[in-house]
Amino acid sequence: MKKKNPSMNSSASDHHHYKKHAPTSTRYLRVLGYPYVIWMVIFIIVPLLLVLIYSFTKGDIHNLFSLEFSADGYLRVLEPMYLKVIMNSFWLALISTFFCLILGYPVAMIIANTNPKYRSILLTFLLVPMWMNFLLRTYAWMSILSPNGILNRFLEWIGLPRLEIMPGQTAVLLGMIYNFLPFMILPIYTVLSKIDKNLLEASSDLGGNKFVTFIKVIFPLSIPGVVSGITMVFMPAVSTFVISGLLGGDKTPLIGDLIEQQFMTNRNWHFGSSLSIILMVMILISMAIMSRIERNNDREEGRTS
Amino acid sequence: MKKTAVRIYMGLIYIFLYAPIILLIVFSFNKSKSRGQWGGFTFDWYLEVFKDRQIKEALFYTILVAVLATVISTIVGTIAAIGIHNFKRFPKAFSLNVNNLPVLNPDIVTGVSLMTLFISTSIPLGFGTMLIAHIVFCIPYVILAVLPKLKQLNRHLAEAAMDLGATPWVALRKVILPEITPGIISGALLAFTLSIDDFVISFFTAGTEATNLSILIYSMAKRGVKPSINALSTMLFIVVVTLLLIVNKKSEKGEELYL
Repeated sequence: MKKKNPSMNSSASDHHHYKKHAPTSTRYLRVLGYPYVIWMVIFIIVPLLLVLIYSFTKGDIHNLFSLEFSADGYLRVLEPMYLKVIMNSFWLALISTFFCLILGYPVAMIIANTNPKYRSILLTFLLVPMWMNFLLRTYAWMSILSPNGILNRFLEWIGLPRLEIMPGQTAVLLGMIYNFLPFMILPIYTVLSKIDKNLLEASSDLGGNKFVTFIKVIFPLSIPGVVSGITMVFMPAVSTFVISGLLGGDKTPLIGDLIEQQFMTNRNWHFGSSLSIILMVMILISMAIMSRIERNNDREEGRTS
Repeated sequence: MKKTAVRIYMGLIYIFLYAPIILLIVFSFNKSKSRGQWGGFTFDWYLEVFKDRQIKEALFYTILVAVLATVISTIVGTIAAIGIHNFKRFPKAFSLNVNNLPVLNPDIVTGVSLMTLFISTSIPLGFGTMLIAHIVFCIPYVILAVLPKLKQLNRHLAEAAMDLGATPWVALRKVILPEITPGIISGALLAFTLSIDDFVISFFTAGTEATNLSILIYSMAKRGVKPSINALSTMLFIVVVTLLLIVNKKSEKGEELYL
C-alpha cells in the first residue's frame, strides 16, 4: 500500500512537515459513522434475523437456544384459508394502486399545467388532509359508509337503494384509495412539472395532435414518477392492517391482519414471522419488477433519442 | 367546455379528500354523542379535552416521543451521514443498503421485528422501547436527507480549511455543517412528521404502559371514538393548516416548497 502511490505519500509528508497534527483529508471523518454501524446491527439486522429465525423454528420464543428447526410456519401459509388471504391482500393492493393511478394521473397533469401562481396552493391542499390523524380519517369513513351511516341516509333521502359496502372489500378498497391517492399524485406531478415544454411544442410542430403527444412524449417521460407512485401506494396497501381492520370487519382479513393477530393475540410468533417474511419477499419481488420496468424505459428512451 | 370538465374533476377529487375531515370537524361540535346523529351545536367537547386525563396523557406521550425522537435522530443521523459519506466504497454501499431497510420494509415488519428483539431480550415494552423504535425508523430518513448535501459539498473546502490551520473539529463545525444545514433541517422535519403520525410501529413497541394518540384512537375506533378526540384533532389540524398557509405565503416567490 505504502509504495503504490509515492507522489501522494510525499505530498502528505510535506504537509506533515508544516503542521504536525492536522490530517489533510476528510477521510478521518469516517470514525463518526462507526457507532451508527453498531446501532444498525443491533436495531436493524438483528431484529430481522430474529424474525427469520422464528419463521423457521418452533418452540419457546423466550429461549432462543431451545428452538428447533421446523417449516410448520411456512407449511401453514400454504393452507387454502391463508393462501386465500395472501392472494386477496395482493389483489386488493393491486386494484387500489390501479385506481390511484387512473384517478391520480389526471390530477397530477392538471396541477402541472396550472398557472404557477396557483400551483403551490393546489399542492398544499393536496397534502393538508395528511395532517389529520390517519386513523381518525379512516374512522370518519366508518361513519360515512356504515349501514346506518351518512351515505345511506343520503341515499334514502333521495330515494335510492341503500349500499351495504361496510364492512367489506369495497369499503377497504375505498379506504386504501382515499389514504394513498396523494402518494400517487405527488411523484407523477414532480416528474411532469419538469418536462421541457419545448418538447411538447416540437411534437405539435411535427404534426402530433394532443393525444399522440401524450402517448408518445408525455407518458413515456413520466414513467419514473408513475413507477415511484405505484411503489408508494402498493407497499402500504399490501401491508395494511388498520384499514382492513376498521373498514373490512372480520370478513376480509388481509396479510397484515394475520400478522397482527399472530403477534398480538394468538402469540404464535413462528407463524407470524413466516407471514412477515412472505410479505417482505412479496414486496421485494414487486420492487424488482418495478425497477426493471423503469430500466427498460430508460433503455428505450436512449434508443429513440 | 374543457375547462369546466377539469374544474369539476378537480372539485370532486378535493371533495373526496376533504369529506371525512369536514365530517370530523362538524362532529366535534355535535351535542349528540353518537356519530351520524346531529343533536345540536356545542363547545363542550373542546372543554372536555382539557379535562380528560386519558387524552391529555396520550397527547403528552405523542409530543414527547416526537420531540425526543426528532432531536436524537437528527443529531445521530447527521453524524452518521458524515461518517458514512467518508467510508470506503464497499462499507459505504453496505451501510447505505442496511440503512434503507427500515425505509423499504413495510412498517408492520419493522414494528414486529423490533417487538421481537425487545421481548426476546426481556426488555419490558413501554415508553423507552417506543422511543427507541421511533429513533430507529427516523435516523434513516435523516441520513437520506443529509447525504445529497454532503455529495454536493466540495471536498477540498474542508481540506483547504485544515491546510489553513483549522483543526478537524473546527473544519467540521465551520465548513461542513453550515453547508449541509438545509439537509439537516429537512431531515428533522421529516423525522418529526413521521414520528408524530406513526401508529403501526408504536402499536407493536409501546406495550400497554405508554399510549400515544394513534394507539388511543385505534383502541376506541371499534366502539366509537369520543367526540373530544375529534375536538383535539380539529384544534391540531387548524394549527398545522395555519402554519402551512403562513409558510406558503412567505415562500410564494421561492419556487418549490415540497421536496
